[in-house]
Amino acid sequence: MGLLSKKDAKLITDPLADNNPITIQVLGICSALAITADLKASIVMSVAVLFVLGLGNVVISLMRNIIPSKIRIIVQLIVVATLVIIVDIVLKAFAYELSKTLSVFVGLIITNCIIMGRFEAFALANGPWKSFLDGIGNSLGYGVILVIVGFFRELLGSGTLLGIKVLGDPIEKTGVYAYGYENNGFMLLAPMALITLGIIIWVQRARNTSLIEH
Amino acid sequence: MAINTDKNSYTVLFATGMVIIVGALLAFMASSFKEKITENKRIEKQQNILYAMGVNENDETSVEFVSKSVVGKEFTKYIVKQYVITGNDVVEDANAYLIDIKKEEAAAKDSNYTRRLPLFVGEKDNVTFYIIPVRGKGLWDAVWGYVAIDTQLVIQGVYFDHAGETPGLGSNIKERFFMDDFKGEHFMDGDTFKGVAVAKGNADPKNNRKTDFAVDAIAGATITGDGISAMLKKDLQLYVPYLKTLKQ
Repeated sequence: MGLLSKKDAKLITDPLADNNPITIQVLGICSALAITADLKASIVMSVAVLFVLGLGNVVISLMRNIIPSKIRIIVQLIVVATLVIIVDIVLKAFAYELSKTLSVFVGLIITNCIIMGRFEAFALANGPWKSFLDGIGNSLGYGVILVIVGFFRELLGSGTLLGIKVLGDPIEKTGVYAYGYENNGFMLLAPMALITLGIIIWVQRARNTSLIEH
Repeated sequence: MAINTDKNSYTVLFATGMVIIVGALLAFMASSFKEKITENKRIEKQQNILYAMGVNENDETSVEFVSKSVVGKEFTKYIVKQYVITGNDVVEDANAYLIDIKKEEAAAKDSNYTRRLPLFVGEKDNVTFYIIPVRGKGLWDAVWGYVAIDTQLVIQGVYFDHAGETPGLGSNIKERFFMDDFKGEHFMDGDTFKGVAVAKGNADPKNNRKTDFAVDAIAGATITGDGISAMLKKDLQLYVPYLKTLKQ
């Protein structure tokens, strides 16, 4: 990466695997469980978080020297809520259809612990550029896990990917359904998201034993 | 910078300043875009009403409204009459679709108030549709929609929407596989009002049984589904006295 110094590049690549916000820092679990029942929702949520976290980290980083430490959490919450609401209003005025798709995510973004977590752990102590990279890196790391979980839940739960019937039609009994395969409805419920996530964490730590905490 | 950010006076000052700035910013944004947003909502209402009676640009699995640029023209073409039903009075009103169902429902809690019920009459290929707006509660927030029925009081199409149901689960009420199930479904058993329940264990995924007053529920979205059942029961019932006069 010619554009970024080695240290800066690490800010982006670290959260993708060895310091992943979901599997290692255990942040943002609630949204990872709630909206990964299909792949499309996972992707939309990841992009929304990418935008909010990248921008929010920069804003908080610029304000880091003037934020009173006693009320910093409230200030962070206000910044993220304001950002999200402004985006929501602008979309409603100029891209109404898109705003309809995104509006259900607004509440989930504001309360996403990854955003608060990165504000608190990184943006308050680092400059805007570094914070921006950290925001992008962490939201990508978040997105990767969401997409993996969403992929398996939609495939095994509904037999579709992005709404396309990849395994055949369960009602007409075509494709794999002709051989007696059935969709696992349990995959659509939150407990299976947690189990899928657990399997990802297991695989990751089995491959890289230095991640195991004793 | 050498500001002592730990001082109480600074904290109070900062908090006050921030609230004023953010409040002013949001209020400014909201009011300057208000007209555009209201207009978008009005267009959406027309699109939704047309969608329910089958005027849309759906392909096999998608949900596509008639485009924004032609919706006004299509609306006047297909929606031939709009009524406002107040008790026993039925009046024609070309702006009936602008009636705010939420406000009417709230006002109707006062027993002196007679609720105004909008009803839209659509005509397409010589078939007459009566389109009824409905509104209820899902799991997290409001759910609403439009139900198009024919003169035999059989549902011919629906459109559902929601403010904040869980993506991938409750939000599927606005997907084709759910909405299309309502087509041909009965909600009257002779003269008795039954409604349409969103039922688990209905065991009728193709929806071959049109007179069982039930459609298949969505896995993982029980409360949203119950909300839809309750909404249909509550709001369709309001129109039954008027609808019965149509059937004769």
